[in-house]
Amino acid sequence: MATKVLMPKLSDTMEEGVILKWLRKEGEKVKQGEILVEIESDKADMELEAYDSGILRKIVVPEGGKAPIGGLIAVIGEAEEDVASLLTGGSTPSEGKGATKSTAAQTEVKSLPAAAVPQPTGGKTKASPLARRLAGDHQVDLSRVHGSGPRGRIIKRDLEVLLSGKSAQRVSSSALIVPGTAEDLDLSPIRKTIAKRMAESKATAPHFYVTIEIDMDPARTFREQINTVTELKLSFTDIIIKATAAALMKHPQVNGSFLGDKMRQHHYAHIGVAVAMEEGLVTPVLRNCEQKRFDQINAELSDLADRARSRKLKPEEYTGATFTISNLGMFGIDTFAAIVNPPEGAILATGTIVEKPVVKAGQIVIGHTMKATLSSDHRIIDGAVAARFLQDFKMILENPASLVL
Amino acid sequence: MAIVSLREAINQAIDEEMARDERVFLMGEEVASYQGAYKVSQGLLQKWGPMRILDTPIAEAGFAGLGVGAAMVGLRPIVEFMTWNFSLVAYDQIVNNAAKMLSMSGGNFHVPIVFRGPGGAAHGLGATHSQALESIYAHIPGLKVVMPSTCKDAKGLLKTSIRDDNPIVFIESEVMYGDKGEIPDGEYTIPLGVGEVKKTGSDVTIVSWSKILAYVVWKAVDALQEELNISIEVIDPRTIKPMDYDLIVESVKKTNRLVIVEEGWPFAGVGAQISHEVSSRAFDYLDAPVERVTQEDVPLPYAHELEVRSLPSVDKIRAAVKKVLYRD
Amino acid sequence: MKTAAATVPTKQSTSRLLGLSRDTLMNWYDDMLLVRRFEEKCAQLYGMGRIMGFCHLYNGQEAVSTGAIKAAITADDYVITAYRDHGPAISKGVDPRKILAELLGKYTGTTKGKGGSMHIFDREKNFLGGHAIVGGHIPIAAGVGFAIKYRREKKLCLCFLGDGATNIGAFHEGLNLVGLWRLPVIYIIENNKYGMGTAVERASAVDELHKKALAYNIRSEVVDGMDVLEVYKKVKAAADRAKETYEPALLEIETYRFRGHSMSDPVHGHYRSKEEVEKRKQSDPILLFADTLKEEGMATDQDFEDAEKRIKKIVEECVEFTENSPEPPIEELWKDVYFERNGA
Repeated sequence: MATKVLMPKLSDTMEEGVILKWLRKEGEKVKQGEILVEIESDKADMELEAYDSGILRKIVVPEGGKAPIGGLIAVIGEAEEDVASLLTGGSTPSEGKGATKSTAAQTEVKSLPAAAVPQPTGGKTKASPLARRLAGDHQVDLSRVHGSGPRGRIIKRDLEVLLSGKSAQRVSSSALIVPGTAEDLDLSPIRKTIAKRMAESKATAPHFYVTIEIDMDPARTFREQINTVTELKLSFTDIIIKATAAALMKHPQVNGSFLGDKMRQHHYAHIGVAVAMEEGLVTPVLRNCEQKRFDQINAELSDLADRARSRKLKPEEYTGATFTISNLGMFGIDTFAAIVNPPEGAILATGTIVEKPVVKAGQIVIGHTMKATLSSDHRIIDGAVAARFLQDFKMILENPASLVL
Repeated sequence: MAIVSLREAINQAIDEEMARDERVFLMGEEVASYQGAYKVSQGLLQKWGPMRILDTPIAEAGFAGLGVGAAMVGLRPIVEFMTWNFSLVAYDQIVNNAAKMLSMSGGNFHVPIVFRGPGGAAHGLGATHSQALESIYAHIPGLKVVMPSTCKDAKGLLKTSIRDDNPIVFIESEVMYGDKGEIPDGEYTIPLGVGEVKKTGSDVTIVSWSKILAYVVWKAVDALQEELNISIEVIDPRTIKPMDYDLIVESVKKTNRLVIVEEGWPFAGVGAQISHEVSSRAFDYLDAPVERVTQEDVPLPYAHELEVRSLPSVDKIRAAVKKVLYRD
Repeated sequence: MKTAAATVPTKQSTSRLLGLSRDTLMNWYDDMLLVRRFEEKCAQLYGMGRIMGFCHLYNGQEAVSTGAIKAAITADDYVITAYRDHGPAISKGVDPRKILAELLGKYTGTTKGKGGSMHIFDREKNFLGGHAIVGGHIPIAAGVGFAIKYRREKKLCLCFLGDGATNIGAFHEGLNLVGLWRLPVIYIIENNKYGMGTAVERASAVDELHKKALAYNIRSEVVDGMDVLEVYKKVKAAADRAKETYEPALLEIETYRFRGHSMSDPVHGHYRSKEEVEKRKQSDPILLFADTLKEEGMATDQDFEDAEKRIKKIVEECVEFTENSPEPPIEELWKDVYFERNGA
């Protein structure tokens, strides 16, 4: 009896998936329980097992193609069976364009040397033979390179500038900015999800922002001590997560959700930590941070972050957060205001640790401070609530010894 | 190592080869009792006598052809042109007889002859006494063309040329005859067809030879390396034909940029030939088109400023180097 | 070469025959006849398109090459000429089969097929070509003479040139060097009255060409080029002087070509009248010599018939050899451009 293989829902926000790789060819035998196909959801790459045994009679959506949740992607049946009737069912698959590969890259505009020369319109790109060869060696698309030579000729130094910038990040070949032009890139599932959710959040949750400055010298000392005396290599994020968890226990109102007719307050802290990937943002969740030790948080965070970047997170690993922390300190940002991740009630944005003159015991000394900004959904959190949370957060972080209790 | 002048280096080469092989003799205008129009053959008549050092009448076609005939039956003449300008009178003998005899006779007769003398501009000699003619000789199959830029190269290359069994056009420069240089002690020769990297560098290759290399290019190299903060590689092919293309190509593969500096006129000059060969063999290594600095495409005038403007100069080399570096 | 049948009593040589033996004289006859019949064969082959380019025939001038080269000089002596070189080459002993092969561009030719009619060379026979630039070879002859003197050898260089070549610069420069340095070179001007289509008097300020030698301090005289014995006598005398004392000479040998300048040139009608040519043919050097031999009782008509047969056979051998020879392989194109000691 022939059966349809449909696009499964692999995340709570997934609306459509992209076929990454078929592990069986048409005509090959399939056994129930074997992995049949790899699918890209909006969050991660997932494997789908076959629910039936038989012959993979027809692949309806090929690699790179998309299908909505529930859409027909393949048919499994007996060898001689007529499966034509099954092929009409399910949503029509859409031909993708290798969505994984053609992504909107996080592009950086390179500052190019010499006078801007207008690109030659039409015809072959002008490039010196050497530049052409270098482009070939490095798989650079010459038509997207700015030529600084006479009459727009692309020359060696144009390639050199490009290639030295390239090594700073894993950039796909389309990541070459040409001044004065624009390019349209397909939206990956992740980008679509982020767009939808963030727009929703801002539109529905009335945001307000409270910032506090924290003396980080105690945390620095604490971290140094632990890293010297134990085998652990604590990061500041590890300490901030534990401090946040402790503060959240004291202020469950900040650890909640607006449910329309009710508001929920959690007595556990599943903290999502925002991780930047090439294609977008994902938030792996550390569960029950209020109960976890430093070493557990350290190990888990490491592991989750790695797997987040290589898109190997399971759905339960990026769902269920009660609160999110986002850090842009590694970019030198001192303050920013994040957008609340629905259905959460608040999100904490931390900046960089700045060395600056501070006043201690009436004297100006060199200190280290960090600013933290809490973005809150005013439907369930008021200004004073937010402020008190931050006060406690600051006190805990400035007294890290309290965290070992 | 000894320090000698260029004329001494050439004199030694002739003298040594005449001692080594009794078939070698020298003839030309004023080479014997006048001791050489530029004193290159000074002392040779006294040593070798009038049968081996011969003053000729002013008859270039006559004595060039006589040299060919003598070479065909086994002697090894060195024929001096007082300057290479006058060789044009003998062009028929050099091209139609010397160059072609081996081929035309189906291998019956070869012509081991060296035509030598100074070429190129001196100062204010006017159009017919200042010509750099290497390209019209290099153009002819059957001839070899040699042009040294140092005393060491001159002596070594001339000795090899005299021993070579083919007709050879050996072009010197009268303004350089007094310049001193180091030469190795004892017997040495330098092979034909082998160029030399006279200075290594990494940013641009300059190919040049003879007087222009000695007098203009080195000045330009010093100035430009300082001004532009670059490192220039200088190649002296030493033999114009057969040309050591491999050496030049190897250099261009490294620097990606080539400037050729020559005294001759641009149309169908030696630089045009090198440029073609390099673009053909090293196409994928060129970041800019090959640039040439040549004499202006005009007969050389007498007036000093005009003469200077017509010939290759440091300024012209600067412009060419900047152009290939895209720094103009 | 075979001697004539012994049906005729061998007579003592006369003074007119300069005391030369019958064998010698018949050898000369054969030589002249061979040149004539060879050239006739060339004309035929040229007409058939088998010989390309230029072909300059020697018909009528046989006494000059036979008398000067075959008779008056030795194998050691050098000969150089311009482009009317088939006759001189044959007289110098170059294998006529190889000459014909060269004309047809065959690999077995004297110059591997790469020279053609105007460039017959043979190192072994000391035949230095075969030159196409008018007067270009005159200084080369001076060089050969120079080498002989340099090495103190007892040889000479015989240099043939046409009447037209006496007006070109290389003539002046070459002869000046020979006269100045006293080189053992004998210049033979084959004055056939026309430099291609231009009569001597229209080309040369002084049309008694031997007088030009005065300008170079070179001894000269005029010789009747239709009389092989006369040519022999005069050239021999000059040759002896050249070898003994390195004294150069210039001989203006008056002769006539019975055909056009080259195969592309008409025999008559353009610059020579038919009458003139016919009249000149009366003085056919071969017939004149045959008459002399008969008159002096050295040979009979039968001898000449036998000679005819002999020569015909030789010419046929030349043709057969040539037809059976291959053309040069393509690789030959790049050979003999530069000389390498160990071949190639």
